[in-house]
Formats: sequence, structure tokens, C-alpha cells
Amino acid sequence: MMRTYLRLLATFFRVSLLGELAYRANFWLQMVESLIELGTALALVSVVFTYTQSLNGWHASELLILIGTYFLIGGAINMVIMPGMSRLIEQVRLGTLDYLLTKPEEAQLLVSIQRLDIWKLLDLLLGLALLVAATIWHGSWPDPLQVLAFALTLLAGTAIVYSFVLFLATLSFWYVRVENILVIFESMYEAGRWPVDIYPGWLRATLTFIVPVAFAVTVPAEALTARLTWLALLGTLTLAALSLLVARLFWRFAIRSYSGASA
Amino acid sequence: MRQLLAIYRQQLKTALAEQLQYRAALIIWLIEVALGPAVSVSVWSTVARNEGGEVNGYSSASFAAYFIATMLVNYATQTWVFWEFSRRVREGEFSPLLLRPIHPIHADLAENLAYKILMLPVIALVTLVLFLAFHASIALSLDNLLAFFPALVLAFALRFILEWTLALLAFWLTQVNVINQLYVVVVLFLSGQLVPLTFLPAPVQTASAWLPFQWMVAFPAELLVHPLSLSTLFTGLLVQLAWLLVGFALLAFTWQRGIRRYTAVGG
Repeated sequence: MMRTYLRLLATFFRVSLLGELAYRANFWLQMVESLIELGTALALVSVVFTYTQSLNGWHASELLILIGTYFLIGGAINMVIMPGMSRLIEQVRLGTLDYLLTKPEEAQLLVSIQRLDIWKLLDLLLGLALLVAATIWHGSWPDPLQVLAFALTLLAGTAIVYSFVLFLATLSFWYVRVENILVIFESMYEAGRWPVDIYPGWLRATLTFIVPVAFAVTVPAEALTARLTWLALLGTLTLAALSLLVARLFWRFAIRSYSGASA
Repeated sequence: MRQLLAIYRQQLKTALAEQLQYRAALIIWLIEVALGPAVSVSVWSTVARNEGGEVNGYSSASFAAYFIATMLVNYATQTWVFWEFSRRVREGEFSPLLLRPIHPIHADLAENLAYKILMLPVIALVTLVLFLAFHASIALSLDNLLAFFPALVLAFALRFILEWTLALLAFWLTQVNVINQLYVVVVLFLSGQLVPLTFLPAPVQTASAWLPFQWMVAFPAELLVHPLSLSTLFTGLLVQLAWLLVGFALLAFTWQRGIRRYTAVGG
């Protein structure tokens, strides 16, 4: 089953790539855009660290690891999750979801990977490059256990964000104007460029439990810089499994009550 | 003059009616506008705490005041027409605007003001919440307060004129988005919105002194949060005025040439 899913993902990726290759100038535009964003983040960090040695215990190299994670996860979210979900909302509104539902594959999967914004791959790669560079600068290589924890929390964080966004998008079966909520998520994600422990309690709680930015960025970065406790790791993984389950059940419930109107 | 005022009143009314249709956008805007200063204050308060309560003369409370003030001034002076101009030119939307017996800049100005009037309650709410949440402290003096309003008006005029001129680049270039993005980043840093200007490296500060950006946000904002000497205050207003004249000259120059290049099909 997993293999079918991966094959489908590869196919969708290829089709999107072929479509995008017709507009190669977009590659360079995205490149400039990503570099501007990365440059801004790095410039701000360098200003902050001329005035302090460590930000709440995070050294400059560790903060760069966090920013690398931010770009990595952000790239993944903007490449796969966001385009598919905003299309889903549009399909529900226009009634064209009917076509998708008649296909023989699992609808939730199709909805999730139906549209890929290929060039966002650049953010992902830039984030990865920054991660490697920052780790080298950091000096001590993370031990295999930390890398494993990083990989696990990265997956868990992505799963939590995915479930959260899917949940929001599923609301469109009842409320038509939810695309605005996705925009709110996107702007809240920017707060993830800093470790959530620098925020005052109310904001930290919002970024952890209402908009799960903390799980997507801070927790994996904590794992790679040996800050994460076993308990937090376990909690994150449990939460990821739970949120996938809830999003899945909600989606099933929504699909059952869906009736196309105008396809 | 009276005729122009009447035109503005009508434009304001139309723009208000138009904007009122998109009330959901207000909430999005509220979160976006509040999040920037909240993040900046959190970061720099942490720095101040780590460094024993104060850094470069700023405490947590004065960081909070500074970033709330830049948010307010940025709200008042912000324009967004350079994001729309390229579409106007490409799709010929500019043609009907040109046919009107009045310069198209007036319509944009009226729309900008209408939007700001509409946002006023939102921004007031955000200010109050941030002020309380981050325990901001301000030291107002009467001189500063008196100078604040002319400084704000000049800052708005300067930013509006310069950014409208920037928008005119769309007459020559088809891909203006990258330029706009670069411009926005430069403004973020050099207008003092990301950090107070005194925190930037010395060469950047020198560059900033020769550029107009700090007069668009940082100067009025600083008037609100700490007392400036009378001479700094007057020099500031004069420099703003000088830049405004430069801006007008640039606008006239660019507009004359741009409008000759403009051709449209349909629209």
C-alpha cells in the first residue's frame, strides 16, 4: 500500500515538474525570492548576536540550525501541503471535488498531493544547506541518536502541521470562506523563525497548541541541539499520531456528509 | 481646490464602501500587523534580559514602546500601490484612469486614506493589547508630541510619493515583483522597523543617513517614545521636507516619461 502511495507521489511530482519546466524563468524568480528571505533572516540574526552571546541559551550556530529547520519544513509545507489544501477548498466551493472522489485511489491522499509547487523545493534545499553549514560551524557533530530524534520530530512536526491544515481545509465542507484561515496560518508560521521559548506565555501557548508552529520548528531544532527530553520526544510523537487520527476521522465524517451541487 | 476636495470626498466614500465588503480580511490583517511587533519585542526583550536588563540603552519596556510606535507609524505611512501597478499596466486597467480629468494619483491617495480610516479601530485595539501585554513605557514630551503630527504627515507624503514613483517602473519592466520584494526588505531594515537604527552596523547607519527611508518610519516613531532635542527635531523636519521635494521632482520626471511609453490594447 505504501508503495502505491509513493508511486503516486512520484507521478504527481513528475507531472508538476513537467508543467513547471515550461516556465523556467519562475525558477530564477523563486531563487531570488528565497534568497531574499533567507538573507533577511540571517542579517537579523547577525544583528541580534552582536548584542548578545546567547538568546535564552541558544548560541548563534544553534539558532542557525533552527532557521535551517524553519526553511526546510516551510519548504515542505509550501510545496505539498498548502497548494493541495487551498485547491481542496476551491474544489469544494466549485463542486469539482466530485471528479476527484470518483477516482479509484484514496481521496484524502489525492487531495493532499494533487498540486505541488515545485519551486518551493528551493526553500527546502536552502534550509538543508543551512542546517549542514550551521552544524559544521557548531563544531560538535550530533550523535546518531540526536539525528534520529531530529528525523523523528521532523516527521512528527510535519504530520502535526499537515493534520492541522487538513482539519482547517475540511471545515470548508460547511463553511465556504476558510481560505482566510490558511492565510492566518501562513503568517503565524513566521513566528517560528525564533525558538518559541523567547515568547511570553500566552504567545507560546498559541504557537504550540492553537497554531502548532512550535512542533514543526522548535522541537526538531531542540532535538538536533541536544535540548529535547525523552518525555518531550514521546509527547510529540504521541501528539503526531493522535492528530493524524483526528484529522483522518474528521475527513471521513466530512466526506460522508458531502454532496456535490454543481459539478 | 474646492473641486478637488469634493472629488476626494466622493473617492473616500466609494473606497470605504468597497473595503467594507471584505471584513474577513480585517481579521487577517489584525493578526499580521500584531505579530511582527510581538515577535520583535519578544526577541529584543530576551536580549535585554540576557544582558542584564538593558542593551544599547533599551530596556524591555522601551523596546516594546519602540516597536509599537514603528508599527503605528508604518500603518499610517504604508502604501501598497507598487504591488498593483504592474497588473494595471499589463491589463490596460490604466487607460480609463488616464481618461479622467484628474491625475490618477488622487484616486490612489483617497483609497489609501479610506483603507486607513477603516483600519483605525483595528490598529487601536492592537496597540492597546500589545501595550498591556508587553508592559511598554513611553516618555513623552510636549515638544515631541507637537512635532509628531507634522512629522507623521511628512513621512506619509514622502513614502507615498516615493512608492508611487517606484510603482511607475512597471511602465518599463514586466517583472517588478523581485524589485518590490527587495525594496520591502531594504525598507524593513533602513526605516527602523526590524531594529532601532542605532543597532545596525556603522556602515549601514552611514548609508541610511543618506537615504530617505528612516524619515518614513523611524523618525516619527522615535518622537513618540523618547525625547529628542529641539535641534534634532527641527533638523529632522527639514530633512523630511527636503526629501519630499526630491520625491516630487522624481515623480514628475518619471511620470512624464512613463506615460509616453504606456500603450494599451482594450481595457
